[in-house]
Amino acid sequence: MSDTKKFLYVNRKAPYGTVYALESLEVVLIGAAFEQDVQLLFMDDGVFQIAKGQDTGEAEMKNFSPTYSALGDYEVTKMYVDKQSLEERGLTLDDLIHLTYEDEDDDYAEKDSIRLVSREEIAALMEEQDVILSF
Amino acid sequence: MLHTVNKSPFTNNSLDSCLDCVGNGAAVLLIEDGVYGALKGSKVADKVKAAMGKVTIYALSADVKARGVADKMIDGIKMVDYAGFVELAAENDKVHSWL
Repeated sequence: MSDTKKFLYVNRKAPYGTVYALESLEVVLIGAAFEQDVQLLFMDDGVFQIAKGQDTGEAEMKNFSPTYSALGDYEVTKMYVDKQSLEERGLTLDDLIHLTYEDEDDDYAEKDSIRLVSREEIAALMEEQDVILSF
Repeated sequence: MLHTVNKSPFTNNSLDSCLDCVGNGAAVLLIEDGVYGALKGSKVADKVKAAMGKVTIYALSADVKARGVADKMIDGIKMVDYAGFVELAAENDKVHSWL
C-alpha cells in the first residue's frame, strides 16, 4: 500500500434536493476502504445531511443518513461541523445525529466524532490536507 | 493553496464561505459566474476588498470578457488567461473548488 494521504471531504449541500450528498458519502466510503486518512467537513446547507430524525418514507427516497453513523467502523472518526452554519439555520449540536467511534487506543471507549469548528479553524484544517474534495 | 469559485455571489454563498475559510497567502481564482464576485460597488465588494489584504484574488479573463464586465473589476484583482489558470493550479500544493 502506498502512502496514506489526508483527505478532506467538504459537504456544503442539503441531502435530498441534489445528489451531491449521497455521492460524497460513496466517495468517502471508497477513500476509507483504501485506508486513507479521511475527514469530513459539513458547512452551509451541508449540515442538514447529518440532521437527526430524517424520514424519507413518504418521499419514497432512500434515507442514507444512518450511513454516517457507520463511518466510525471505517475509521472515519473526524467529522467537523461549521458552528456558524448551524447557528445561521437555528440548529445546535443536539439537532445532529450523535456520531461516535470506538477508540482502539483507549480500550475501545466510545467517543464523539463531531467537532464544532469556526471558519478560522476551517482555514487551518484545509491548509493541513493533501487533498480536498468538494461536494 | 488555490481556491476556485464558479458561482455568482448573488445566487450562492460559495464566495462568502470561501473568503471566510482562506488562510494567509492563499490564492482565490474566480471563474465562470464566479467572476461577478469581482464587480466594483456590489454588495460583496467590501468583503472581497477586505480579503485582498491576506489573499491574492484572480479572475479568469475569458469569463470576465464574455460577461462584459472587464471595466467593472475591483482594483487589484489580477486577470489571468487559461495558461495562467494552469500555472496557478500547478504552483499551488492543492486546489479546492467551491461548488
